[in-house]
Amino acid sequence: MDLVTRISESLQRGDNDAVSLLTAEALDKQLDPQVILDDGLIAGMDVIGERFRIHEIFLPEVLLAARAMYAGLDRIEPLLAASGAASRGKVVIGTIQGDLHDIGKNLVGIMLRGAGFEVIDLGNDVSPEAFVTTALEEEAQVIGMSALLTTTMSSMGQTIERLEQEGLRGEIHSIVGGAPVSEDFANQIGAVGYGFDGLSAVELVKRLV
Amino acid sequence: MRPQLRFLEKDLIERIISEARDVLGTLGMEIHNQQALKLLSDHGARVDSGAHHAWFTDEIIDRALSTALPGFRLYDVNGEETHDLSGENVYFTPGSAAINILDHETGTMRKPVTGDYVRYARLMSSMDNIASQSTAFIPTDVPDEVTDAYRLFLSLLYCSKPVVTGAFTIESFELMKDMQIAVRGSKEHLKEKPLTIFSVCPTAPLKWSDVTSQNLLDCADHSIPVEYISMPLTGFISPVTIVGTLVQHTAETLSGVALTQLRNPGAPALWGGSPAAFDVRYETTPMGAIETQMIDCACSEIGKHLGLPTQAYSALSDAKLLDAQAGLETSMGATLSVLAGINNVSGPGMLDFESCQSLEKLVLDNDICGLVFRLARGIEPRGDFPALPIFEELLRDGHLLISDHTLTNLREEHYFPTPVIDRANRSRWQEEGSLTLGERAHREVEQKITDWEPTGLGEMEEKELVQLMEEAARKFGLDRLPDRE
Repeated sequence: MDLVTRISESLQRGDNDAVSLLTAEALDKQLDPQVILDDGLIAGMDVIGERFRIHEIFLPEVLLAARAMYAGLDRIEPLLAASGAASRGKVVIGTIQGDLHDIGKNLVGIMLRGAGFEVIDLGNDVSPEAFVTTALEEEAQVIGMSALLTTTMSSMGQTIERLEQEGLRGEIHSIVGGAPVSEDFANQIGAVGYGFDGLSAVELVKRLV
Repeated sequence: MRPQLRFLEKDLIERIISEARDVLGTLGMEIHNQQALKLLSDHGARVDSGAHHAWFTDEIIDRALSTALPGFRLYDVNGEETHDLSGENVYFTPGSAAINILDHETGTMRKPVTGDYVRYARLMSSMDNIASQSTAFIPTDVPDEVTDAYRLFLSLLYCSKPVVTGAFTIESFELMKDMQIAVRGSKEHLKEKPLTIFSVCPTAPLKWSDVTSQNLLDCADHSIPVEYISMPLTGFISPVTIVGTLVQHTAETLSGVALTQLRNPGAPALWGGSPAAFDVRYETTPMGAIETQMIDCACSEIGKHLGLPTQAYSALSDAKLLDAQAGLETSMGATLSVLAGINNVSGPGMLDFESCQSLEKLVLDNDICGLVFRLARGIEPRGDFPALPIFEELLRDGHLLISDHTLTNLREEHYFPTPVIDRANRSRWQEEGSLTLGERAHREVEQKITDWEPTGLGEMEEKELVQLMEEAARKFGLDRLPDRE
C-alpha cells in the first residue's frame, strides 16, 4: 500500500499520531504536498463523509478523523502556505444578530473544518456588517448564517442586502441554516443555499467553492 | 438495576396454582391419546380410557415440577449457542404459522409461496434483535400434508438461526425430527444441541388432542424442546376475569409439564401460551389487547414461580396493514414482555390475529426489539463519578463529541435504530424522498435480502435435507419441489 493511501486509511481510523508520522515520512520522500493533501487527507475525509451520511459511522468518528486530518495538515501547511492551497476554501460563520443560540452553528463549523475548509467563527449575535467586513478582509468565499429564533431571521436578509450594496453578491456566497429556516425562506431572502444539518452544510459549501 | 414488571403478589400466584391443581385433580383433562393416558395411569393417575379422561394427582404434578428444567440452551445450524433460555433473559422470534403474507407491492394480503418463504428466511438472517427464526408462514405451493416440514426445510436451508416451529400431524414429526438429525449429524448431537422448539397446544378448555399430545411425547423422547401453548379466551372458553383465565392456563400448562416430565424427566420445555382477551363485540381474539398482554406477563410470572423458563405470544398486532395500530400494539407488547422477563417472545412480523406475516413489519419490529432490549438494560453509571472532570472537559472544549467518555460509552448507552425509524430532521427527510414508514421498511427489506449470504450448512447436510423433503413430497404426489430461486 503506498504512503498516501496509508495516510488516508489512518485518517479514516482517526489515528492522528499515524497520520502525522506518515505525512512526515511522505514529505521526507519528496512527495508533492498537494498530492498528500488531495489524495491522502481530503480523500480520506471524503470517505468519512460518505460513511457518515449512510450511518455507518457517527459524528464522533467524523470528528476524530478531522482531528487526524489536522495532524497531517500541520505538517504540510507550511509548505503549501505560499500558494494558499492548504484549505479547500474559507467560510465565515456566525449566529445572526439578536440570537445567542450557537449549537447548530458550532456543529457546522466542526464539520466544515473536518472537510478541510478554513472556518472563521464570529460567534453569536453577529451583525450584517461584521459578516461582510470579515468575509472581505479574510477573502472568504462563503458566509454561513445561523438562526434559531423566527424573530431574528430577518437579519439574514439584511446581510445579503449589505453584500448587494457592496457589489459582492457574485463573489461571496451566503448560505443559511437553523431550525426555523427553510429552503423557501432561503430563496425568499436571496441566499445561495440552505443546509439542514452539518453534513448538508458541508456538501453545500463543496458545491459553491 | 434491570427494570422489572410484576402483576401478581406471591400469595395470589400460589392461590392460582393451588386452584389449578384442584381443577386438574377434580375435573381432570380430556386427553385423546392412549399413550398419554397410559403414561398417566402408570404413574398413579385415575384414567378413563374410554372417555379419554385423566385426573392428575398432586404427586404427579410435584414429581413433574421437580424434574422440569429451569432453563435450556439453543444452538444454530452451525452448532453455535444462540439462546440461554433462563432467568430474565429475553429473546424474540417471529410470530409463526401465518396463513397469509402482506404483499408490499399490492398492499393486500395473499397466500404465500416458496419464493416468499426464501425471502423471509434470508431476511431473518440479518435481523439482529430477533435471535431465532420461526416457521413464520405456510407456503401454499406444496401439498398440505407436508407444509409444516417444508417450512422447516426452507428455514434450515436459508437461515442459520434456531427455529421455533411445530408439526401439524403425527407423521410430520418424524420427518421434521429427521431433518434436524441431518443437520446435527446424529440423534445424540441433536439432544446435546437443540435446534428447534416445537409448539404443542392444548385445546381450551382442558383438552389435549391426539396430534398435540403425541407431538409432545415424541419431542420428549428426543429431548426436543417444546413450548406449551394454552389458549384460553376470556369470557368465552375461559373465565372472563384475568385471574380466572390464569387458573385455566395454569391447569392446562401444568398438565403439559406433567406429560413431558413423566415421559422423559429433564426434557426441556417452556411455560408458554397464547391466551387472549376475547372481544365480545367482534367475536375476535385480539393479541394487541392490553388485557391479553397483561395475561401473558402474569402467565410468565406463574411459570417463573414454578421454576420454568417461559414463552408468550406478544409484540404483535391485529392491524391489517403496517399502520399506527401495528406499531403501537407491537411496541406495547414488546415493552411489557421485556420488562416481565418472558424468555421467548413470539410475535414480530405478525398482523391480523396471528394470521398474516409482513416482511416490512418484521424489520420495523426488529428495531422495536432493539429499543426494548435497551430499555431492559436499565440505567447504570458508566464512569460518571466523580462528575467534575467531565464537566471541566465540556466547559473547556465546548462539546463532548470526541471525549473518551463519549467514545467509550456511546454505543453501549444508546441504541441506534435503522433508518426504518425516522430520526432525520424534516428537511433531510424530504430530501430523501419523504418516505413513509412502509416505504422505508420495504427499502430495508430489499437491501437485507440482497446482502444475504449463504449459511454455514454443509453440502452433505443440504443434500440430505433435499432428499428427505423430496421423498416426503413424492408421497403426496409432488414429483418436483418448487423452484427456490
